[in-house]
Amino acid sequence: MDQIAPPVLPAALLEVQSCRQTYPKDAGTELVVLEEVNLRLAAGEIVGLLGRSGSGKSTLLRIVSGLLTPSAGRVLWRGQPLSGPAEGVAMVFQSFALFPWLSVRENVELGLEAQGVPRAERARRAEEAIDLIGLGGYESAYPKELSGGMRQRVGLARALVVHPDLLLMDEPFSALDVLTAETLRTDLIDLWAERRLPVQSILMVTHNIEEAVLMCDRILVFAANPGRVASELAVPFAHPRNRQDPAFRQKVEDIYALMTRRPAAAEVRAQAAAPAAAGFATPLHPVGTNLMAGLMETLAAPPYEGRADLPPLAAALQLEADELLPLGETLQLLRFAELEEGDIRLTEEGRRYVAADTEARKRIFAAALRANVPLVAAIRSVLDERWNHRAPALRFRDELEDHMSPEYAEESLRIAISWGRYAELYSYDEEADQFSLEEVP
Amino acid sequence: MRVPAGRGILVTVGFRLMSSTALPALASGRRLLNLWDAGAMLCVFGALVAVAGAARSTLAPLPEASAAVIHLAPSYLPEYALRTTMRMFAALVASLAFTFTVAPLAARSRRAALLVIPALDILQSVPILGFLTFTVTFFLNLFPGRVLGAEFAAIFVIFTSQAWNMAFSFYQSLVTEPEDLIEAARLFRLTPWQRFWRLDVPFAVPGLVWNTMLSMSGGWFFVVASEAVSVGNRTFTLPGIGSYVALALTHERLGAIAWAILAMLAVILAYDQILFRPLVAWSAKFRFETIATLAPPDPWVLKLVRRTRFLRLAGQRLGGLADRLAGLPLAVPGRRRRAAGPPSRLVDALFYVVLAVALAAALWRIASFLAASLAWSDALQALLYGLFTLARVIAVLAISCIVWVPIGVWLGLRPAYARIAQPVAQFLAAFPANLLFPPMVLVIVYFRLDPAVWLTPLMLLGTQLYVLFNVVAGAAAFPGDLREAAANFRVGGLLWWRRVILPGILPYLVTGAITATGNAWNTSIVAELAAWGKVTLVAPGLGAYIAQATADGATSKVVLGVAVMSAFVLLFNRLVWRPLYDYARRRTSF
Repeated sequence: MDQIAPPVLPAALLEVQSCRQTYPKDAGTELVVLEEVNLRLAAGEIVGLLGRSGSGKSTLLRIVSGLLTPSAGRVLWRGQPLSGPAEGVAMVFQSFALFPWLSVRENVELGLEAQGVPRAERARRAEEAIDLIGLGGYESAYPKELSGGMRQRVGLARALVVHPDLLLMDEPFSALDVLTAETLRTDLIDLWAERRLPVQSILMVTHNIEEAVLMCDRILVFAANPGRVASELAVPFAHPRNRQDPAFRQKVEDIYALMTRRPAAAEVRAQAAAPAAAGFATPLHPVGTNLMAGLMETLAAPPYEGRADLPPLAAALQLEADELLPLGETLQLLRFAELEEGDIRLTEEGRRYVAADTEARKRIFAAALRANVPLVAAIRSVLDERWNHRAPALRFRDELEDHMSPEYAEESLRIAISWGRYAELYSYDEEADQFSLEEVP
Repeated sequence: MRVPAGRGILVTVGFRLMSSTALPALASGRRLLNLWDAGAMLCVFGALVAVAGAARSTLAPLPEASAAVIHLAPSYLPEYALRTTMRMFAALVASLAFTFTVAPLAARSRRAALLVIPALDILQSVPILGFLTFTVTFFLNLFPGRVLGAEFAAIFVIFTSQAWNMAFSFYQSLVTEPEDLIEAARLFRLTPWQRFWRLDVPFAVPGLVWNTMLSMSGGWFFVVASEAVSVGNRTFTLPGIGSYVALALTHERLGAIAWAILAMLAVILAYDQILFRPLVAWSAKFRFETIATLAPPDPWVLKLVRRTRFLRLAGQRLGGLADRLAGLPLAVPGRRRRAAGPPSRLVDALFYVVLAVALAAALWRIASFLAASLAWSDALQALLYGLFTLARVIAVLAISCIVWVPIGVWLGLRPAYARIAQPVAQFLAAFPANLLFPPMVLVIVYFRLDPAVWLTPLMLLGTQLYVLFNVVAGAAAFPGDLREAAANFRVGGLLWWRRVILPGILPYLVTGAITATGNAWNTSIVAELAAWGKVTLVAPGLGAYIAQATADGATSKVVLGVAVMSAFVLLFNRLVWRPLYDYARRRTSF
């Protein structure tokens, strides 16, 4: 296994001890988003938090940054308990988070201004950071005049100018196009390898497996429901790394396998302990029916012939792991496909779906939904029981909220509506927020 | 929102701003009056009654502060216009101060928000004009024997017409700040002072500028009405355009009124060009958008500032100074903002107890005040009059829509015209319609028309323009591809109106109609009772009821009238406008 003990270093920059994050729900219950997380970060390393949306990796980053106080557990920053945003920690945001009314220079100077650094000193250091990150000449531009890549460079310069010991990056390249993201990654890694970055350590959140293998020395793979660290891997390659290197490819394969692994027996038992809740509360991934059909058709056709290795499939379809995995899992949920050890395999039912015409596809899909998605099945059976074949959506939303956050409940319900409409299992009137059997054959 | 290429740029600016209009009546999810509304209403009226009571108890030894002599010679007008404008800006400064204190309070404190937001909603629906009498006497007593009291009273009235929507706009900006910018501000450890000037205020600027413009427009109406106030048998006058017109009215001098109208037009044109055009252009910098859009040409004043060496340098100095002030790392020493923990139950309980006591006091105050001087028949009468005025308001609104929607759509779909029409309509809407009343009254007197019907057009004067400029903005923002699609499928005639353009402009039409209705209710206080020399025309209605009670000094009837009117406005907002607006937002926005 890739499980390794954290390197024993005398001075950990940051230590997260048994952190747990919950959100209060009504009726005294809690929603656990992060369970028992331990992390030790030393100077000189880049650590990646890899996982899918909803696995709590961004929550952990916010706990580390001091923006969020954990419900339980301790965070030690340079040996001291952390309370609120600390000096020496800076963050790069996924959405850049630039102030549109401030010029590039003013944005970069913001952190220094907050520290009360004198004007001249501020200007000097800002210029330094701007030049380091390749923004020279853009000082007086406003963010909206810049391209996405240039904006994220401003975000980087703004974080680096305060000379943070720890640089936090929250999916810093995911809002950029592929080529721009690659340029920024390699620029950053080059500066890191040449020790020109005024930081001691980097902690980054990503959902891109290749990005994690390319940049990080250590990767924490997160699992969802509740969010937790599922495994930890070391990436012992020297920078700059070559994506075509067989060892690199193997690492990517390993992580895909880790992330598609079936839940261990213990976890299955734990879920079975609460049978009613478990099925109903399975969060549904926001995956459209067209996308599902497209993937199944692709899998059935050559060269895949019903079976594909996920990393090359992701590359061929230009999907990120974060997009492909929910799609694959949804097909698995509906028993149209199976995920195993980084592969996806179309089932007999999946092949039948691909071969069918539009109407028959809808029937197969409806049957799969009723058999495998408890929420959809529940909505339909309630409608069948009611004398007027109508039911307010509110009741299902409430029931879902017993098991998940209101946002996830709303999202799951949206998905159930969309799938059920396609399968012609029920219709939904948004104005009345009501399900019915009108227009259902 | 999508802007078809080649559309009028000014119009573009107009409708972008339009979307940031803050109408508290539409903001929250509440449909009908709830407990908090009732509480806020009690507090507001309790306070008003308290002020009225204080004013009335000291009415007898009223100080002599009405010495100002108004001259009807046109040469005095520039000075009067200047004084009127000064009052407007004094009130604007007060409104800004109110905005910058109350809105952050409501945004940062859950408890304060519970009360402040419904209160703003109700205060905006209360026709403050009805309380002119009390505020004047109240302030005269505060500053006995001085003109200052009357000045303060006038400024206060203008303030009450301006402050609420500005505060609400700022509050809305504060609670809709993007999460990532808040996190960035916290992570880079900006002090509260720095955060206020680097994040809160800049983010709010576009909406705030637009609402300030709306407030200014609304304010002229009140400044004109508040400069000459009669309480019982005395008249207090402040030198200004409003008192000039009032005097011209009693002396039946039509020429003087024409001069006043001209002066007013000049004033509005001047501040629009010198202040608001540059301000709007400048506020574009703060618009929260991630893509660069075509910037409209700079207004001439801004060009002047940028091209004149002296002005530019002065501007840079000022800007630099303001920037340094905003960047100061000011903070209360020893106080760090805690991470949001669970709210304290004890403080909560204390808050509710204090609130309950305040509400009980307000309730007792109102009840004892009204019971002392009113019977149930008075309430019935006020309600009946309210229905009359409601009928007028609806008629005015219907006429505005029937006349101006087709014209507005026609203009809005033609960029060349829309570019001119929209700012002109906006400009004219700022013109205080009460200055135009005398000629209308003259017509009614001359032709011996029935005032119950023919005083209604007075309410139409200002109201219609809100409908017009909103419809123009809406039609101008209508996506070009949808128009082309409609043309391609040969959708025409009534079907085009029903399926294409009316749903397309619905959010704008509703926004315009809400502003227009509020305006119509307020106007009714002035418009249902009109005088020309010795002739007084009365149209039975709630406005006339309040105006008459004011003239008679019947305090409790004024309170009753204003309360009934507020109730009408609130119910109308909640039952008609909010559902419609929600529908429009959900279904017909692009």
